[in-house]
Amino acid sequence: MSAQSTVIAGVGMHPWGKWGRPFVQYGVHAARAALADAGIPWTDVDLVVGGETVRNGYAGYVAGSTFAQALGWNGARIATSYAACATGAQAIDTARARILAGMSEVALVVGADTTPKGFLAPNAGERWEDPDWLRFRLLGMTNPAYFAMYARRRMDLYGATQEDFAQVKVKNSRHGLSNPYARYRKEVGVEDVLSSAVVSDPLHLLDICATSDGAAAVVLVSEAYAQRLGLTNPVRVAAVSTVTPTFPNTVLDMPMLSTDAGTPGDRTFKQSIGAAAYEEAGIGPEDVDVAEVYDLSTALELDWMEDLGLCKEGEAESLLRGGETTLGGRIPVNPSGGLACFGEAVPAQALAQVCELTWQLRGQAEGRQVEGARVGITANQGLFGHGSSVIVTR
Amino acid sequence: MTVTTGTPAIEGWFTVGDAPTLLGERCIGCATTYFPPTAAAAGFCRNPGCDSETFEQVPLSRRGTVWSYTDAQYQPPPPYQAPEPFVPFALAAVELPEGMVVVGQVAQGYGTSDLRVGQEVELVVEPEHASEQRIYRWKPVVELGEEADQ
Repeated sequence: MSAQSTVIAGVGMHPWGKWGRPFVQYGVHAARAALADAGIPWTDVDLVVGGETVRNGYAGYVAGSTFAQALGWNGARIATSYAACATGAQAIDTARARILAGMSEVALVVGADTTPKGFLAPNAGERWEDPDWLRFRLLGMTNPAYFAMYARRRMDLYGATQEDFAQVKVKNSRHGLSNPYARYRKEVGVEDVLSSAVVSDPLHLLDICATSDGAAAVVLVSEAYAQRLGLTNPVRVAAVSTVTPTFPNTVLDMPMLSTDAGTPGDRTFKQSIGAAAYEEAGIGPEDVDVAEVYDLSTALELDWMEDLGLCKEGEAESLLRGGETTLGGRIPVNPSGGLACFGEAVPAQALAQVCELTWQLRGQAEGRQVEGARVGITANQGLFGHGSSVIVTR
Repeated sequence: MTVTTGTPAIEGWFTVGDAPTLLGERCIGCATTYFPPTAAAAGFCRNPGCDSETFEQVPLSRRGTVWSYTDAQYQPPPPYQAPEPFVPFALAAVELPEGMVVVGQVAQGYGTSDLRVGQEVELVVEPEHASEQRIYRWKPVVELGEEADQ
């Protein structure tokens, strides 16, 4: 506990899937689950922060009020966050800031999404100044094409193989087998991955995460409220990193068509996301027991391990091959099953990472428990310079 | 045969002709070069230490080295304009001597098996997959003598 800490009093999720219902239903389900988990009545919530998505029509643009109204107006303050895939972390950061400023005692953070099928594509209309539109219009450059470029570099620079990437999927599919919130709970073999269609060389269909419906919620409270509630030894938020890149950003980032020109700084953008979280928490990578990282593709999980300093550059495959990132290994990565088992529900996903780490640190991750976990870190990155890393401790 | 004339798919990003180049923008204040040339449109320099709002157009190097590459084996969604039937195509991110990486499609007739990280490529301009408009592309540079092996 430090002057900067806030307490996670409760977490809740709606199972991921392709349910085809309005996202509000999932969000309310997750919110009620988190409040029940915390033992806190809705009427005590004085701040609702909603993670929004740009695809959900009118109400989705003002997610804070959408969830607050669905739960029944209680006069709480509201905020809405949008930071693409990093939305959940930014929403937690908003809640945390108001709590630390003494302006809130009980904050409910909710993210939910209903996703369309297939490739994530830009909204309709012509936008010749928008790189996210231009990359499709001029180049046909999809999200998997970016993931594939990162994967290819691992192969050409570090000797990674398509089988290594497949092994990430195999590991995560096993991790997610008993996770009641995971969409895909089925063991996948290396051959299954390698025999699935190639989407963007070198990545196969089963290397790339799907898009899903889902919702996650976190109830964040002040230390004083936690004491009054009688919470003993709770999980705390030790750091939230929502940093932007520094100029020049010399590593290609989705959805850009180019990088900045110039001499790279000490850290890449992705490296700086974790570094800022470690600095804030006053710990280092060696203190981490468990990590939930954004495996939009199998190979991207390996990138994140290095970006978080869990191993040196070019060494992630060797940890994977040695079983060190599997449950029971030195540093289990994605014990939830990760995006491989969930599919991405954008505004909920960074919150889902925090839910999983909370269960892990409480010892409640049945069937996928990292024994003795006390420190967990999440990592994720949203389009257009949104860093996302949360460190939780107990 | 490489067609080098025709209307560019986007105005002001590249020249057409025998030796086409990408058109960057160089900041008058700090000499940082940008591509795509949207800095002037936005009206400011992205260097945090520079408040210049004036840019000059500069042609970028025609050759660079492959930072990474892939292909599209599934048809990308609109606004990509796909030919009927869809034909897979390769993509490359290329590091230029100016210090930036620029993504582009790979020239007709070349696929991922023709590419590797660090390889030299050259800018060409070709018709789009489903239109007569022109788009810049990256073409592997094949040294004399290598061609016979391919």
